[in-house]
Amino acid sequence: MTSQRISYDRTLNTVAAWTLALLWILPLAYAVWTAIHPAAYEAHFTLSAPLTLENFQKAWAAAPFARYFLNTILLVTLILACQFFLCTLAAYAFARFEFPGRSIFFTLVLLQLLVMPDILIVENYKTMRLLDLVDTIPAIALPYVASGFGIFLLRQTFLTVPRELDEAARIEGSSALGVLWRVYIPLAKPTYLAYGLVSVSHHWNNFLWPLIVTNSEETRPVTVGLSVFSAIDSGVEWSVINAATLMTSGPLLIAFLLFQRQFVQSFMRAGIK
Amino acid sequence: MSCAEKAQAVCWASSQARRCFNEGRFAMLKSTLLTAVTATALTFSTWATAQAVDLQFYFPVAVGGKAADTIKELTDGYMSANPDVKIDAVYAGSYQDTVAKAITASRGGNPPQLSVILSADMFTLIDEDLITPFDDYLTTDEEKEWLTGFYPAFMENSQTGGKTYGIPFQRSTPVLYWNKEAFKEAGLDPEVAPATWDEMVSFSEKLTKKDANGNVSQWGVRIPSSGFPYWLFQGLAIENGAILANAEGNKTNFDDPKVVEALEYLVDLSTKHEVMAPGIIEWGATPKAFFEGQTAMMWTSTGNLTNVHDNAPFDFGVAMLPEKAQRGAPTGGGNFYLFKGASDEQLDAAVDFVQWITAPDQSAKWTMATGYVAPRPATWETDTMKKYAEGFPQVLVARDQLDHAKAELATYQNQRVTGVLNDALAAAITGQKTAEEALSEAQKQADAILAEYR
Amino acid sequence: MKALKLKRDWIIGWLLLLPAMVFLFAFTHIPAITSLVSSFYSTPRGRRPAKFLGLDNYQRMFDDPVFWKVLGNNLWFALGTIPLSIALAIVMALWVNDKLPGRGFARMAFFTPTVLPLIAVANIWLFFYTPGFGLFDQLLGLFGLPATNWLGSPETALNSVIVVTVWKEAGFFMIFYLAALQAIPKTLIEAAQIEGANRWTIFWRITFPLLMPTTLFVSINAVINCFRLVDHIFILTDGGPDNASALLLFYIFETAFRFWESGYAATLTVALLVMLCLLAIGQFFFFDRKVHYK
Repeated sequence: MTSQRISYDRTLNTVAAWTLALLWILPLAYAVWTAIHPAAYEAHFTLSAPLTLENFQKAWAAAPFARYFLNTILLVTLILACQFFLCTLAAYAFARFEFPGRSIFFTLVLLQLLVMPDILIVENYKTMRLLDLVDTIPAIALPYVASGFGIFLLRQTFLTVPRELDEAARIEGSSALGVLWRVYIPLAKPTYLAYGLVSVSHHWNNFLWPLIVTNSEETRPVTVGLSVFSAIDSGVEWSVINAATLMTSGPLLIAFLLFQRQFVQSFMRAGIK
Repeated sequence: MSCAEKAQAVCWASSQARRCFNEGRFAMLKSTLLTAVTATALTFSTWATAQAVDLQFYFPVAVGGKAADTIKELTDGYMSANPDVKIDAVYAGSYQDTVAKAITASRGGNPPQLSVILSADMFTLIDEDLITPFDDYLTTDEEKEWLTGFYPAFMENSQTGGKTYGIPFQRSTPVLYWNKEAFKEAGLDPEVAPATWDEMVSFSEKLTKKDANGNVSQWGVRIPSSGFPYWLFQGLAIENGAILANAEGNKTNFDDPKVVEALEYLVDLSTKHEVMAPGIIEWGATPKAFFEGQTAMMWTSTGNLTNVHDNAPFDFGVAMLPEKAQRGAPTGGGNFYLFKGASDEQLDAAVDFVQWITAPDQSAKWTMATGYVAPRPATWETDTMKKYAEGFPQVLVARDQLDHAKAELATYQNQRVTGVLNDALAAAITGQKTAEEALSEAQKQADAILAEYR
Repeated sequence: MKALKLKRDWIIGWLLLLPAMVFLFAFTHIPAITSLVSSFYSTPRGRRPAKFLGLDNYQRMFDDPVFWKVLGNNLWFALGTIPLSIALAIVMALWVNDKLPGRGFARMAFFTPTVLPLIAVANIWLFFYTPGFGLFDQLLGLFGLPATNWLGSPETALNSVIVVTVWKEAGFFMIFYLAALQAIPKTLIEAAQIEGANRWTIFWRITFPLLMPTTLFVSINAVINCFRLVDHIFILTDGGPDNASALLLFYIFETAFRFWESGYAATLTVALLVMLCLLAIGQFFFFDRKVHYK
């Protein structure tokens, strides 16, 4: 009786999980469908539809995706490098040093968890104009480089490092930065990985701020490129846009699929749970 | 526009972009320096006029396609004929991107000398104090005469206060497309489009197909209303004898009974006559809906002509918008504007370039490549255009409609005022307000916005 | 000697903090304050410099029906997205953590939305929602149901946007729950099973309480996102019909970068900041009681 119930329960769960999974993957499946079939089959799902790679060619030629792609890679690398550097130093200060104003500064950092740069688009745009940085890749990156989330996360990790390790390194003659480099950073690797993945996926997909602050092809990231490309008078060409989407999201998609196990584990070890 | 053409266009734009990238942030400094150097050279030498003039020129491509390619071809042609002028044509993205880029660059002290921007943005550009009229640079009688050679409908959006701020270039107008096969099937003459509002309703009633459950598989007509519904709605208003805004751009007539009647007609199409899909209709999906047989007629821009020509799996016709009191349609698209902050030599050269590119031969090339309506009657008289129109007679519809066309809605704070109208139209179309309520509220809001410009 | 070490610590602490604080101040705190300042001024235009308006912009905001509408929309959006995406994330994580057949596929499926840019998938959803030949209407048509204008009617537009948001967010939150679930000792669950507890009881008595810190963390993220995620609105509805699906940040964007009214946009930004600060205060109190991070 019970075992029957368990297996019934199990079947139900499996069916539900599969249904939801199919629903969730539907947009990706549709993107693949339209990308490999001629435009006439955008709304007709017949198995006999001819296959074609033409949409990819069209998409590749219709917008400078290589350029957009390069811009996005430059952008996420720049942001990630700066975030690691700035957040590590700040987190170390909060975790291991006593100084006046510490709690006020920490509150100010936490405030940024909620008041994100995404909301301050109007004033940040004015700042960029003042710095003469409008329409540059650093302009897209700068508001995000000091991340409250990153500082908070690394501080939590650094706090778990045993004091004894810290003191042992100091006795061996390491400076404050030496201890950070030799003790704290190696122990926080999973946190860096987890945070890095969140940051990359966020900025890879970010749209509104880059849309505002860039206005030429040499600075636009993929997301803005895709939107400009799809906003044409002659109606939406799903086949070409979806081919473009697949091409531009492909690398990230594959990377995440390959590393999803490590991703989850690093989250676990980083204590983001 | 075929995709291959589009591809080439954007490819060119990207190689252009790559070139600019190397200069990066120094572009501004460099151009300031160049201006300074040029100015010095002009002051200190008597052979100043022989010096090279540099022009930066922003252009958008709204319809996509071969446009960017053709622009390059044309500017190259001009430069080889005028070796003392160097034109840097910068593809700036959509219309909205281009105006944003021009405003930003100007505020940053680095305006282009010339840009193609929506004709409806004229008052915004004047308000931002960014542009200067062409009149000061048209000195001879011959040059003044040139201004009168454009279709008057296009000039309405280009002149205000007795000055000419814009020169029509990539202009369009909405037309009616119909599916000839659907007409035949419904027992209508496939060669005749509805000529009046009433005909459009009666044709549509015959064309609307319902299945056994009462679900519609083919609508009679589709007038898209997403994003910028004011544009197509303006067609209805003009046909009913109403003008949405005055020529000074500081007063709207949204609550005019004729405007209300036009909106009521639009709403009735889906609610009373049930020949158009209810709710807001997506602009971007409209050509696809036409190809899929979801609708037998659609209203959309002439900019779609090539797209429909290439992709419609049936015979289609193009007609002027139907009439009520009169024929009518708004114009749309972009004008050339001259920017402040340039030297007289630069602006002289810019005006010369504009005159050259709108001349019949160049203009014909541009129209054939893009589908934009050639803005000067003289262009249509050239042999190349005549031959082109013979093979593709639908292109003449837009031109002939120009005799009845009026200026696109344009006011000071244009985006806000059209935004108010768009919201009112959406509210009426989705049945939240009556046409009269929605439009009189919109009029009040527009009055409040425009009060300071009177 | 001790005092000297303290002074040294002070200086090192400040120096370490300096670079991050410079950027935080430059792009978060100072702009927040200048937003407040600009909210008292008119928008400078070419011929007219900004002039002091006092509270006029705020008066305008309180009289602006669109502001109240987008505010209401945003609250509905929050109510629609936050609980639903969190609940789905937990369910997904439980499934994927279980030894279901094909869980690799399920995990991939749930996770895809995180990797696809919202702006790009919005186009796909636009097709799904298209009346007549769109995917949803084709499927409903199989059952003889009529076409629905999901995005084009005020009743369904915002909800359609919410569905896309939930789709986007649930998979991302699932990752956090998955990590948390894997950290729960198996022995705990096994012990409960031996004592005859069923799955339902195990979940509510053991798993859910142990997931509490994650839920708090995720809910903060969800709250932030419901004020931040507006990308898809550009493609799906552009805020329409008649602002039925516009959110506060979208309205700020429209005011600042379409209407070029930076003064009023600053006022709207201040309203958004005030709201977020209230939420922040509320949540930090909540945080303090439930979880001890410090």
